Amino acid sequence: MTKAIEVQNLSFRYSEEAKRNAIQDMSFTIENDEWVAIIGHNGSGKSTLAKSIDGLLPLEKGTIIVNGIELSEANLWQVRDQIGMVFQNPDNQFVGATVEDDVAFGLENRGVPRAEMVQRVQDALQRVNMTAFATREPAHLSGGQKQRVALAGIIAVRPQILILDEATSMLDPKGRQDVLATIRQLKAETHMTVLSITHDIDEAASADRILVIDDGQLKQQGTPAEIFRYGSRLIKMGLDVPYTAKVAEDLSTAGVALPSQFLDESELAQTLWTLHSQM
Amino acid sequence: MNKLLIGRYIPGNSFVHRLDPRTKLLASFYYIGIIFLADNWQTYLVLLLFTLAAIAMSKIKLGFFWKGVRPLIWLILFTVLLQVFFTQGGHVYWHWGIFTLSQYGLINGTYIFVRFVLIIFMSTLLTLTTPPLALADAVEYILYPLKYVHFPVYEVALMLSIALRFVPTLMDETEKIMNAQRARGVDFGEGSLMQRIKSLVPLLIPLFVSSFNRADDLATAMEARGYRGGEGRSKFRILKWHAADRWVGLSFIVLTIILIVLR
Amino acid sequence: MDITFTNVDYTYQANTPFQGVGLRDINLTIHGGSYTAIIGHTGSGKSTLLQHLNALLKPTAGTVQIGDRTITPATNNKNLKPIRQKVGMVFQFPESQLFEETVLKDIAFGPQNFGMSADKAHQRAEEMAELVGLPKETWEQSPFDLSGGQMRRVAIAGVLAMQPEYLVLDEPSAGLDPLGRQEMMDLFNKLHRENGLTIVLVTHQMDDVANYADQVVVMEHGQVIRTGTPREIFANEQWLVDKQLGVPKTTHFAEVLKQQGFQFEPLPLTEDELVTALLPQLLRQGGAANE
Repeated sequence: MTKAIEVQNLSFRYSEEAKRNAIQDMSFTIENDEWVAIIGHNGSGKSTLAKSIDGLLPLEKGTIIVNGIELSEANLWQVRDQIGMVFQNPDNQFVGATVEDDVAFGLENRGVPRAEMVQRVQDALQRVNMTAFATREPAHLSGGQKQRVALAGIIAVRPQILILDEATSMLDPKGRQDVLATIRQLKAETHMTVLSITHDIDEAASADRILVIDDGQLKQQGTPAEIFRYGSRLIKMGLDVPYTAKVAEDLSTAGVALPSQFLDESELAQTLWTLHSQM
Repeated sequence: MNKLLIGRYIPGNSFVHRLDPRTKLLASFYYIGIIFLADNWQTYLVLLLFTLAAIAMSKIKLGFFWKGVRPLIWLILFTVLLQVFFTQGGHVYWHWGIFTLSQYGLINGTYIFVRFVLIIFMSTLLTLTTPPLALADAVEYILYPLKYVHFPVYEVALMLSIALRFVPTLMDETEKIMNAQRARGVDFGEGSLMQRIKSLVPLLIPLFVSSFNRADDLATAMEARGYRGGEGRSKFRILKWHAADRWVGLSFIVLTIILIVLR
Repeated sequence: MDITFTNVDYTYQANTPFQGVGLRDINLTIHGGSYTAIIGHTGSGKSTLLQHLNALLKPTAGTVQIGDRTITPATNNKNLKPIRQKVGMVFQFPESQLFEETVLKDIAFGPQNFGMSADKAHQRAEEMAELVGLPKETWEQSPFDLSGGQMRRVAIAGVLAMQPEYLVLDEPSAGLDPLGRQEMMDLFNKLHRENGLTIVLVTHQMDDVANYADQVVVMEHGQVIRTGTPREIFANEQWLVDKQLGVPKTTHFAEVLKQQGFQFEPLPLTEDELVTALLPQLLRQGGAANE
């Protein structure tokens, strides 16, 4: 079976004068229907990577293969058809004058006949729970609602891959939860491959696998539980430290014998209770 | 900031609100054309009644229409005075150097004044009852024939709709930056002209920077969503003529005939 | 210096068809030297309240007492500068206010507006750049060439350079990565503890409220619905859940532990408090682990 995304020996430099490569000899593979989170502090090259995969930056060194199609000047639009992208700033990606216009934008670009377009716009809005807002203007929407509209715009064109470039980082906690819940639900329904670039611990925890990027290089990869074991070192990797990991570290330092693997809330609570009972 | 005319759409569901934006836009242009048919008090009276009837059907208070006249009042008065003092004929009431106050001058001045007010009332009726976006659609429709002389109609229409969509965003941004600079001790609109101009620098530079950043982001997002120029695009927004639009057309034909008969 | 709101109302675009209520009957005192957190949903009136703290907005009814100045609906817009100098304000995404050619010039902009000489302002700018942790090699660079996090530091230094008594912060860590967020919050805490700045913080991060604030103001629909210490506010988890405001992670985890059987009196608010309360329940006296 073809892989969703294959990146081989990718390097990228913004300009001749730049001191170092934004991406340095990176290789990895993402399977179909997989959810992969990419973490790294600001300036580590995450966004550059996402834009490169969608052909939004010129490909200089290396190979990018999306759904078996090798990215090149000639089949740029074919590759972009496989991918939907949600960017960081909710305002700066809202093209349409109203919600339904914005959702239709991708369909208009692909020349979809109007009758079908109306149907697909309605369906997409329903999936992100924004039907009631169809004729609203963006000025009257919250950040989280705008990001859900952006998701609807992507669902409408039915790509197989969803790339989230810090899509929740400018939202308030409520907006972030809503958007994340929508993504989880879409993933379950459509089996899209999801590549999410994030600092958010909940978003990272939703992934099947986490890639850690620093200085334009792939430094680590593993399941969330494996990566969360780094505890307080995670903050240097650009991710929030899971609360339970912080507490476990504090307790270990104080002399409490805890296992070295990552424990979520209920696991840590149970482990601590067992220790308490053995006192 | 609230004085900006473009945002002054007043939501409603009156007969005028429900008309097709193309009807309203074309009718406004047509109205400006036929107003020049009027040349006596009967014709002006007919036009005045027609305009007041249109305003009444919009169910918007007359006060909003006066607000449309107010910013232009000096220009209107200037033009009216020119007419009054430089038109000759009829009984002369007063004379001084090159200035003459004559009967025809007064009559012409009054006509010009009424003409201005009527044109402003009618175009204000258009903007008060039509969302800017619908207006943009109407403009696109009217520009459509230019496609055959290779005028980029789709691109211009898209630009127009994006520009309208970003008006509130940029107004928020302007207010926010003004507040931030006020908090740093800037007095906007105080002091000498030089000081006032200088105080705009800390507003304009951040506004330009942020607008360029937005434009850059937007271009990337549009490309990612498959935008490759106007060719081969289909359209989601469409306009439909209704019976009401035909009635409006008919009423304008009748109006034209009456004006021609009465002049 | 205290700031006191008495029966403050604020109506947006009064006397137009677009008018709306911003604030309703606000009575509130922010004492000099305190660290006050303002929480509430987007649109609850937090930002409107903030803009009354330095008279960017004037109440449409009621009074705001800022030190020895009283702001009423009739207050003239002139001579507000001394207030703006005393109450420094950092807006959301403050990096959007930068405009000068170099970092130092931008930081020196505020003090010069308040009448400081160019030389002295430049010297002040260097001190502030140092204080917020901007590396020396960035000082003569264009602020637009810096990273987002560094640009934000420039903006904050520009406000601190006016030497305000109050530092008002509207979601100052939004959009930064976790390390940047932590460094930002540490900076404000340092300014509060060491430089004696009064801090007013608008935030959605309940952990920051629990860790740093000594007074909490909860807003909803333009009104203050509760004030109290973090301990008082967070004591009732159900109330916070009902209001969809979230709880600090510590409080939440302590509740999980309580259900498991652990006991806490009072409920811990910070990680340190939680660990201190847990250790006696996990370790035998003397500190040895249970083996």
